[in-house]
Amino acid sequence: MQEGTGKPVFSGVAIGKAYVYDPRQNELPASCGDSELELEKFNAARETAREQLGALFDKTSSEIGEEQAMILDVQIMMLDDLDFIESAQDMIAGGASAAQAAHDAGDAFSAAFAAMDDEYMKARAVDVKDMSRRLVDILCGGHGGFHMDEPGILVAEDLTPSETVQLPKDKILAFVTRQGSANSHTAILARIMNIPTLVQTDISISPDINGKLMIVDGYDGRYYIDPDPAVVSAMVEKLRKAMAYKAELDKYRGKPSVSKSGKKVLLCANIGSAQDVRYALEGDAEGVGLMRSEFLYLGRDSFPTEEELYQAYKSVVEQLAGRPLVIRTLDIGADKQADYFGLEHEENPALGYRGIRICLTREDIFRPQMRAIYRAAVHGPVSAMFPMIISVDEVRQIKEFCRKIQSELYAENIPFGEVELGIMIETPAAAIISRDLAKEVSFFSVGTNDLTQYTLAIDRQNARLEAFHDAHHPAILSLLRTIAENAHAEGIWAGICGELGADLSLTDAFLEMGYDELSVSPGKILALRKKVCESEA
Amino acid sequence: MKEIKYTVTDPLGIHARPAGLLVKEAAKYASKVNISVGGGAAVDAKRIMGVMRLAVKQGMEITMTFDGSDEEAASAALEAFLKANL
Repeated sequence: MQEGTGKPVFSGVAIGKAYVYDPRQNELPASCGDSELELEKFNAARETAREQLGALFDKTSSEIGEEQAMILDVQIMMLDDLDFIESAQDMIAGGASAAQAAHDAGDAFSAAFAAMDDEYMKARAVDVKDMSRRLVDILCGGHGGFHMDEPGILVAEDLTPSETVQLPKDKILAFVTRQGSANSHTAILARIMNIPTLVQTDISISPDINGKLMIVDGYDGRYYIDPDPAVVSAMVEKLRKAMAYKAELDKYRGKPSVSKSGKKVLLCANIGSAQDVRYALEGDAEGVGLMRSEFLYLGRDSFPTEEELYQAYKSVVEQLAGRPLVIRTLDIGADKQADYFGLEHEENPALGYRGIRICLTREDIFRPQMRAIYRAAVHGPVSAMFPMIISVDEVRQIKEFCRKIQSELYAENIPFGEVELGIMIETPAAAIISRDLAKEVSFFSVGTNDLTQYTLAIDRQNARLEAFHDAHHPAILSLLRTIAENAHAEGIWAGICGELGADLSLTDAFLEMGYDELSVSPGKILALRKKVCESEA
Repeated sequence: MKEIKYTVTDPLGIHARPAGLLVKEAAKYASKVNISVGGGAAVDAKRIMGVMRLAVKQGMEITMTFDGSDEEAASAALEAFLKANL
């Protein structure tokens, strides 16, 4: 047995097979320089793929049924599709290797299906991807990219936002990373997915771990590889207790979130993508208080179109079936971007060209997003909130821009709905002038992670500063009180969407300050509701 | 050139399986076979991804054109195929 510790960012116990994520797995071999030869490799790989799929077809049709087997037959036909082949041939002629061409052509066709306005055809994107991945696998000698054949625990050095976008999320039982902090993207993702996760783990990552039985204890921050029987039974017991606690919390499902003195608070979920809505609904969220919109922009090589954004937002609105949705506009900066943004490297990205500063100076980025938000509002309640605000003037510019968007849509005869406009309060400046800002908008949502980082001058990505970090610092609590008071003085609502919102030791204080909404990780809603219902505040 | 029109009655429309069968049927002929829906752009009926991406639903009218030495046989076969399968 091998064991060690890490910093837990989400509690729970996971037991499963270890999968080592090595970013080099995703590097495809470069062209040998001879495009004729690469083309031959590509065609040979198609031949092998056809044989594999043919064998699989026979097996499936005799063991499972004709209907399932037909899916494989369709994949065989996709292999021979001239559009696909010509696209790959063009890439190879342009200098790509066979593997790169198979991968990129597969991605392009898969994206085309995924963007269709037809649920059934959208789902076919998976078939295209499956077919092209088979080709890449064959061309890379069976090691084409990271994938998981069964649910398991993902072990990685660290994960970038664009890497997390591409992970097979439905198969991940836990994350274990050697780097990262409690506020890193892996941590944010883990909280949304509600799975135990350790960061800054003392694990030595080697391929031998692959496939071994692993246990992650997100309560005590421990992991075990090839665990002894005694550990397994202790962990199974822990898992059983966790499930019993979950059953206890389930009693609060569907109940209103009202304190003993009658204070009602809306408990919403933070999500990162349209696929995360299911976690919000499973967690019994009363709405979505923060939809981070960055993920639609990461892990790709060009800006999403207005239509893609609209489809994603519309899907969230429809799944929420009347529950409120707050979309935060693009909050991207030098530390979190994709190459196609072309942002320059900055010495100090947290204080740099990011969030609303990009949107207000890059209408080409801001316009499609705002148009998509207004269009999605036809299907249900949608609010927009803007990150990194420091002045009243910025808010007025945004409002003017939104008026322009509405008249454009009106003139183009495109249906759009009402969108309430609010702002994130995450800079000390915004907190201090919150009375003036409250006159301009319909709501506030406090981003406690950034507000804390800027107020305490502590970089949240720097693990060495965690000893100096105090989430309950009196300066933060004082700002939180001021923000709520100023919101209410101007008759608007105030919420908290940072991690602090889920801190049960502060729930009484937040209720007493009068916060109207708390937006937290989907998995924390029921525990928070229990706390609210038991509160005397 | 031959042209046929057909209104899809299958409740699922031209989903993956019938798209596959249609492409196989079209591929048997040397003629150029195109398919379009509702006045939209025509795609090659011998290429499955293009046919699937038309996303033809029940009640939609499709148009198929045939151009080549065996266009008579091709249009007759495809017409029979559409009636039997879609």
